[in-house]
Amino acid sequence: MSEQLALLPGYLAAHLELTLAALLLGTAASLPLGIWVTRHPRAETFVLGVAGVIQTIPSLALLAVMVPLLAGASALATRVAGVGVPSIGFLPALIGLTLYSVLPILRNTVAGIRGVDPAVLEAARGVGMTAREQLRLVELPLAWPVIVAGIRTATVWVVGIATLSTPVGAPSLGNYIFSGLQTRNLTAVLVGCLAAALLALVLDGLVLALEIGVRDRRRAVVGAALGALALLSVGTAARALHEHIASGAARTIVIGAKTFTEQYVVSEIVAAEITRTTGRPTRTVSSLGSTVAFDALVAGSIDLYVDYTGTIWATLMKHTDVPPDPAIVLAEVSRWLADTHGVATVAALGFENAYALAMRDETAGRLGITSIGELVPHAATMVMAGDYEFFSRPEWTALAETYGLRFRERRSMDASLMYGAVASAQVDVISAFSTDGRIAALGLTVLADDRHVIPPYDAILIASPRLAREAPDVLAALRPLAGAIDADRMRHLNAEVDQHGESPAAVARAFVARRATPGDGAE
Amino acid sequence: MLRLVELVKRYGDAVVVAGVSLTVAPGERVVLLGGSGSGKTTTIKMVNRLLEPDAGRVEIDGVDAATIAPHELRRRIGYCFQQVGLLPHLTVGENVGITPRLLGWDAGRIAARVDELLRMVELDPATFHDRRPAALSGGQQQRVGVARALAAGPRIVLLDEPFGALDPLTRDRLQESFVTIARELALTVVFVTHDVLEAIRVADRIAVMRAGRVEQVGTPAELLANPASEYVRDFLTIPLRQAAALHTLTGNAAFAPTGAP
Repeated sequence: MSEQLALLPGYLAAHLELTLAALLLGTAASLPLGIWVTRHPRAETFVLGVAGVIQTIPSLALLAVMVPLLAGASALATRVAGVGVPSIGFLPALIGLTLYSVLPILRNTVAGIRGVDPAVLEAARGVGMTAREQLRLVELPLAWPVIVAGIRTATVWVVGIATLSTPVGAPSLGNYIFSGLQTRNLTAVLVGCLAAALLALVLDGLVLALEIGVRDRRRAVVGAALGALALLSVGTAARALHEHIASGAARTIVIGAKTFTEQYVVSEIVAAEITRTTGRPTRTVSSLGSTVAFDALVAGSIDLYVDYTGTIWATLMKHTDVPPDPAIVLAEVSRWLADTHGVATVAALGFENAYALAMRDETAGRLGITSIGELVPHAATMVMAGDYEFFSRPEWTALAETYGLRFRERRSMDASLMYGAVASAQVDVISAFSTDGRIAALGLTVLADDRHVIPPYDAILIASPRLAREAPDVLAALRPLAGAIDADRMRHLNAEVDQHGESPAAVARAFVARRATPGDGAE
Repeated sequence: MLRLVELVKRYGDAVVVAGVSLTVAPGERVVLLGGSGSGKTTTIKMVNRLLEPDAGRVEIDGVDAATIAPHELRRRIGYCFQQVGLLPHLTVGENVGITPRLLGWDAGRIAARVDELLRMVELDPATFHDRRPAALSGGQQQRVGVARALAAGPRIVLLDEPFGALDPLTRDRLQESFVTIARELALTVVFVTHDVLEAIRVADRIAVMRAGRVEQVGTPAELLANPASEYVRDFLTIPLRQAAALHTLTGNAAFAPTGAP
C-alpha cells in the first residue's frame, strides 16, 4: 500500500500535465473553430460531423492508433528533416486527448453564439459595433456560460480518458488501474479510480469558479481560480523540466512492458540488471499494448522489451505454419528482426510462455481430458474465454482448423479476469499463459497440444536499433541474462506478485540481488 | 441635412416601403406617424443601414450613407430601439456609455456623460448606474434606451416609439424634456410613433405613413387644416373623438372639445 502511494505524486502530476495540456490545446483549437463555424453556416454540418465521428471512436483505440500514425510521421520527418518525434508516451496521448476534448467545446461554442437573441445583436449593431466588437463585447460574453459548460464536460471526459494513456506509454493514474487489474491488486485499482475522480472534481470546480467569477465580475474569484490552475500547470511543467534535466546527464534507458504481470516483472529485472552492471539510469514504461510495444521499439521510443518468438512468428511475420523445432523459430525470428527492422535479439531468457488451453482439474479429470484432441468432442457444450487478442490471433485459427474445435460460445475478456472465471466455473476453458502462477494456484490443468499447432514462445529480450547504435555496452551487459530465468522460476516470480501481493519492482530487485551474490544466482 | 430619396424595401413579394422621400432640415424634428405595418420602423432602419434599401438612397449632409462604413455611420447617429435592445450582460451605466466607449472616449469623460444622461431621463445614477437591465421595469429600460441614443452627442437621432412603455405622467414629462433638449442641442430628429398627441407634441413636421408610403407631410396645423386624404383626417382626429366620448360621459364643460370637426 505505502509503495503504491509513493507512486501517487508522479502519476498524479503526469495525469494532470496531460489533462491540462490537452484541455488548453483543445480549447485553443475549438473556440476559434466554433466562432468560424457560426460565420460560415455551410461548414457547420461538416465540421461538427467530423468532431462527432472522432468522438465515436472508442477512446482506447483513438489513443492507440496515434502510435503507428506518429511512427509513420516520425519516419517521414527523419527522412525529410533529420529529426524524428517520439511515437509513444506524452505525444500520442496528448494528441488523442486533445481530439477528444474538441467536440463538447466546439458544439457548445456554436450553440452559445447561436443562442444570442437577434434583437440584442441588432442593438449591438445599432450602437455602432463592428463585427469584431460584436463578437468580443456581446456574443462571447453572452455565450460564455454555455462555452464553459462545454469546457467542463471536456474536463471531466479528458481526466477520465487520460487513464487510457498508460497503454500508449504515458504514465498516468491509469497505471494504477492497468497494473492493479493485472496483478490482482484491487487497492491499486481503487487508488487510481479515486484519484482520477477527485482530480476531475477539483478541475471541474476550478473551471466553474472561473465561470462564476467572470459572470459576476468578482476579480478575487477569477484570480483565485486562475491562480490555482496556473500553479498546477507551472508545478507540473517544472516537474517535467526537472526530470528532463535530471535525465539529461546520462541517457536514460527505457524498458517497455506489455499489460501482464510477467512483463512487469521482467522489465523491472532488465532495469535492475542495467543499473547493477552499468550504473545507467533506467525507466520502465508499463502496460503497453502488444503492437504498441513493438512499434515503439522500432521507432526508438523505448529501448528494450521482452517479447515471445511465437508472437513475432505468427503476428508480425504472418506465418501460419509452425516448424517443429523451437530453435529454428528462434533463429528465424532473430534474423527477421535484424534484417527487416534492425532490431537486435539480446538474449533468450530461458523460459517459454506459450499460449495454452486450460480448464479446471476437476472438470478435466471427470471428463478424462488431458489434451486438446480429447477436448474436441466436449467443446460444443462448453464456453471458452480468451484474452482480447486471442480469438483474432493466427494461433486460434490454427487450433480451430487443425483440431476442428467448435465451442458453444466464445468470450473475450481481460486476461486478469479469465482465471477467476474458469476457476469459478463461469467459463469452461480459457486461453492461459503457461508461466502464469495462477495455473497451479487455482487448480487448473493445461491441455497438451498433441498436434503441435501452437508455436514455441521463447521469451527474448530485444533492443531498438537506436540502443544498439548509441549504447552497445548496455547490450553487452544484458547478454548474460540468457538462460537466467527458467519456466519454474518465472512462474514463481509471477506468483510472488499475483498471489503474495509483492510489487513487480520488489520481486525484480530481490532476483537481481541474488544474481549479484556469487554461487547463489543459479539456485 | 438628412434626405431620404425614393427608399424602397421589399421582403419577397411584399413591398414594405414603397418609395419614401423625406427631407429633414438640421435641427428639425420630423415624426413618422402611422398605424402598425405602415413601414415607419423599416424606414428609419434604412437611415442607419440596419436595413439596406432595395432602391433609393439616404443622404447625410449631401453624402450617400451607403458610402460610409456602417459602424461609423451608426456611431454618428443616435438610435433608440422599439424593443429597447439593452445589452443584458452590461450594467445600465455601461449600456448608456457603450457608443462613447466604442469611439474611444476616456473613462472619466464617459462616466460624467453617463451620469448627466441618466439624470436627464430621470433615473438616479446612484440607484441605477450599476443595475443590470433585467432589474429594471419596462419604462425604466426605455429611458435607458433614450439616454444611450443621446450618449455620444450625435447630430442626428432616430427614435422608434421611445416612450411607448411609460405611464402617461412620466411620458408627458419626458416628451417635454426631450423637446427641450432637442431644441437646445439643435438635434435633427426622426421620431416614430402611432400616438397622434405625442406626434403633435414632439414634431415640427409630421409625415403620415400608410402602406409603405408617405401620405402627407406638413406641420401639425397644416395637416389638421388641410388633410390630403380621409385617412390623414381620420388618423389625426382620433384624440378629438376620444375626448368627445369622455365629454359625453362626464357632461363636464371643462372637457368639452374646442375644435370639433
